[in-house]
Amino acid sequence: MIGEWGKLRRDPRVAWIAFAALAVLLLALPFFADWAFGRAWVRIAAFVLLYIMLALGLNIVVGYAGLLDLGYVAFFAVGAYFYALLASPQFGLHLPFWLLLPLGAGVACVFGVLLGAPTLRLRGDYLAIVTLGFGEIVRIFLVNLNAPVNITNGPQGINLIDPIRLGSFSLAQTHTALGLGFPPVYNYYYLFLALTLAVVFVSIRLENSRIGRAWVAIREDEVAAAAMGINTRNVKLLAFAMGASFGGVSGGLFAGFQGFVSPESFTLIESIMILCMVVLGGMGHIPGVVLGAVLLVVLPEALRYLGPLQQLLFGKVLRDPADLRLLVFGLALILVMLLRPSGLWPSATRRRELSTSPDTAAGKGG
Amino acid sequence: MDIFIQQLINGLVLGAIYALVALGYTMVYGILGLINFAHGEVVMIGALVALSAIQLLVGSGVALPGPAIAALGLLVAMPVCMLLGYTIERVAYRPLRAAPRLAPLITAIGVSIVLQNLAMIIWGRNYHSFPALLPATPRHFAGATVSDLQIFIVLLSCAIMAGLLVLVHRTRLGRAMRATSQNPEVAGLMGVNINTVISLTFVIGSALAAVAGLMVSAYYGVAHYFMGFMLGLKAFTAAVLGGIGNLTGAVLGGVLLGIIESMGAGYIGDLTGGFFGSHYQDVFAFLVLVLVLTLRPSGLLGERVAERS
Amino acid sequence: MNAPQTSGGKLLEAVGISKGFGGLSALSEVSIAVRRGEIFGLIGPNGAGKTTLFNVLTGLYAPDSGEFHFGGARLTGLKPHEVAANGIARTFQNIRLFANMTALENVMVGRHVRTRAGVIGAIARGAATRAEEAAIADHARRLLDYVGITRRAGELARALPYGDQRRLELARALATEPLLLALDEPAAGMNATETVELKRLLEKIRADGTTLLLIEHDVRLVMGLCDRVAVLDYGRKIAEGPPAEVRSDPAVIAAYLGGALA
Repeated sequence: MIGEWGKLRRDPRVAWIAFAALAVLLLALPFFADWAFGRAWVRIAAFVLLYIMLALGLNIVVGYAGLLDLGYVAFFAVGAYFYALLASPQFGLHLPFWLLLPLGAGVACVFGVLLGAPTLRLRGDYLAIVTLGFGEIVRIFLVNLNAPVNITNGPQGINLIDPIRLGSFSLAQTHTALGLGFPPVYNYYYLFLALTLAVVFVSIRLENSRIGRAWVAIREDEVAAAAMGINTRNVKLLAFAMGASFGGVSGGLFAGFQGFVSPESFTLIESIMILCMVVLGGMGHIPGVVLGAVLLVVLPEALRYLGPLQQLLFGKVLRDPADLRLLVFGLALILVMLLRPSGLWPSATRRRELSTSPDTAAGKGG
Repeated sequence: MDIFIQQLINGLVLGAIYALVALGYTMVYGILGLINFAHGEVVMIGALVALSAIQLLVGSGVALPGPAIAALGLLVAMPVCMLLGYTIERVAYRPLRAAPRLAPLITAIGVSIVLQNLAMIIWGRNYHSFPALLPATPRHFAGATVSDLQIFIVLLSCAIMAGLLVLVHRTRLGRAMRATSQNPEVAGLMGVNINTVISLTFVIGSALAAVAGLMVSAYYGVAHYFMGFMLGLKAFTAAVLGGIGNLTGAVLGGVLLGIIESMGAGYIGDLTGGFFGSHYQDVFAFLVLVLVLTLRPSGLLGERVAERS
Repeated sequence: MNAPQTSGGKLLEAVGISKGFGGLSALSEVSIAVRRGEIFGLIGPNGAGKTTLFNVLTGLYAPDSGEFHFGGARLTGLKPHEVAANGIARTFQNIRLFANMTALENVMVGRHVRTRAGVIGAIARGAATRAEEAAIADHARRLLDYVGITRRAGELARALPYGDQRRLELARALATEPLLLALDEPAAGMNATETVELKRLLEKIRADGTTLLLIEHDVRLVMGLCDRVAVLDYGRKIAEGPPAEVRSDPAVIAAYLGGALA
């Protein structure tokens, strides 16, 4: 049985069929979700894609390089506000999307380097706290940079952000093609899907490269990595910069999609959520991280149904599901760490690691 | 000059509170090498439990003087916090002692989230006001106003810190704690029950947290389910500033941070021509943190925390 | 038993290296010179400063005073990765492998310093990058074969038996194409058979053109393998020369308290 499955996995024709099936599924998803669960779920699907990009960005920092970043949301915020400031009534500027998105990624990248340069030599726990502080500093500035000069419009945020427009094709309008109607949320979904696939592609390429191996080497043993000729400082900075740029891209997309940004979207909880997607899904393992992102976006939404469920079970709503959401989330964090610390879907090597005792080397001989 | 003295006094009071919480962080870090992320939430629980007890007493019309009521509130809050601290260590940290360092950090975050949301469910999202239990007549000192509460906070903190230092340096338990933080294996071989020492460390830290919680809510007149986060972060900064793992360092760091924050908040408007106001106060703690960790990671009194080869 | 004295010029020259830690002097004015093509041993009682000297020579510590040159270039104070780029590779006393990478991947990481592909190359993966990646994997496989652990290629480093882990560390160090290989107690924890195999392997490595500098406690290995030996005691060099001479040096015997070398 196992042997059959193994053979199946390696058959290239099977891979192609699975691939094609997945492609069809992803393309048809908005229509299916709309029909089965309602338009709101297409929006949720778009957010899932956004968070997959964020989680894959953080995966480079935490999963590959092993650097605990608790302030990752800062790069998301930078990307979002960059887009918002230059494509809204805030300054009266309306620069085009194709220019702002890469520039936003670049600005986020610079922030990543600025944060990383002085801090990357710190030990794990300290790096975590410093990055957390950085995330908070960014948020505090976003809240307060509205006086005496109004830059970020403070706690109210910036709204009326230009929707995303590719040339003359505006995503905010319903289009028809092939006899089907594509409302705005579908359009955004497809744009996000394309970019998410690009991000996945880049991640896979990075993972199986000289740089990817260098990152993992640093995570495993920084001293040995340096002794093998890896410039640990620069390579770590590279991880930060790449992760930050993914965050910046997601931020720009978020701003254009939502049409509105405020500091409330960029709190510590967001950083922690994204970290959990990486850690709970399977650190350093792309499918695991994707799974983590999907679960952590979809489950809280599904938990909204706790209200009617409680109604069904107890005849009344004992507790507003919104209150319970984070509680369940925190419990899930603890449980997964205690029971399955490599995540729900660790890489194959990690799974092997779980089954080999760490004392093997000391016990055996030649 | 008036502002200076006033802010200095305010800073001292704030610093005393930070110091109490920082001690909890530094003790746990000294023994386990772990940042107890959930410590700030223990402070919060202490504050809310004490508040509930006090509200109950005041509401029942019992004829006791203010300070006595506060003491009773503390008497209720301390055991709760101590039990909480003990449970957190047993459930979330002990099973992960052999796991890679990321794991207990994540469970700590999980515990923090759970506690915050439990508090929110139990006490609601509202800010709860703390009744005035001490006379509010301000005293004057060198051109600044000091309240009885402020004096009380500083005195009590000093007493507690002195007591802790005596415990750590003059008792068997304290010796055991110090030995465990230096080298747990050898301490174990010398007959120290490591698990007991670790549990006691958490319990003592949590007791201090309860006191700090009561002080904070008395000082600011309010308690809220989210109050632990910022306070915890700042107290941790104080611990790092003083040299993590070092008790005197935690006290020093706490006081310094309190003063820096107060001074900063007081003068920042003047210094930056009105561009940055006092609502940037929280940023000071973070800036201090980043600066200390970048320029002198061992803190003021700590040992050199060099990258081990 | 020893390889003939090579007439190679000086490859590594360290002069007056001193290093202290908070008042404790770990190294005092230590000078050694390793000739091209020789196998040079560094011996001495525990705590004599041998690993500290290694750490200075490989850039982990900056010396308080003293200089060292390698192949003509001044390497004092360079960082570890720069030292590796200049041609010194090392293994560690306590085996520092990349535990959760496979044996093959460990050796591939060793190729980092001699390869170039960056982020752009990784993402674009053009012909040059693909060729480089293939060459890296190929080189790594050949090195695994060279040290004799080909069958372990796909296994996690942490799952390997002890002896194979030591060989893997060797292969990884060799992947950096070093001129000098610095080995910190390569025979630690090995039985007699394994030590003989190690000796053969090290001789093969030297014959293939790599100079060796090793810290070792195993007397038989040192006697049978090293061309010259330096003895450290309490951070000072107290003797230097062919093993047979050094072994009968009274200062050396005193340092060991008449123990191991007799």
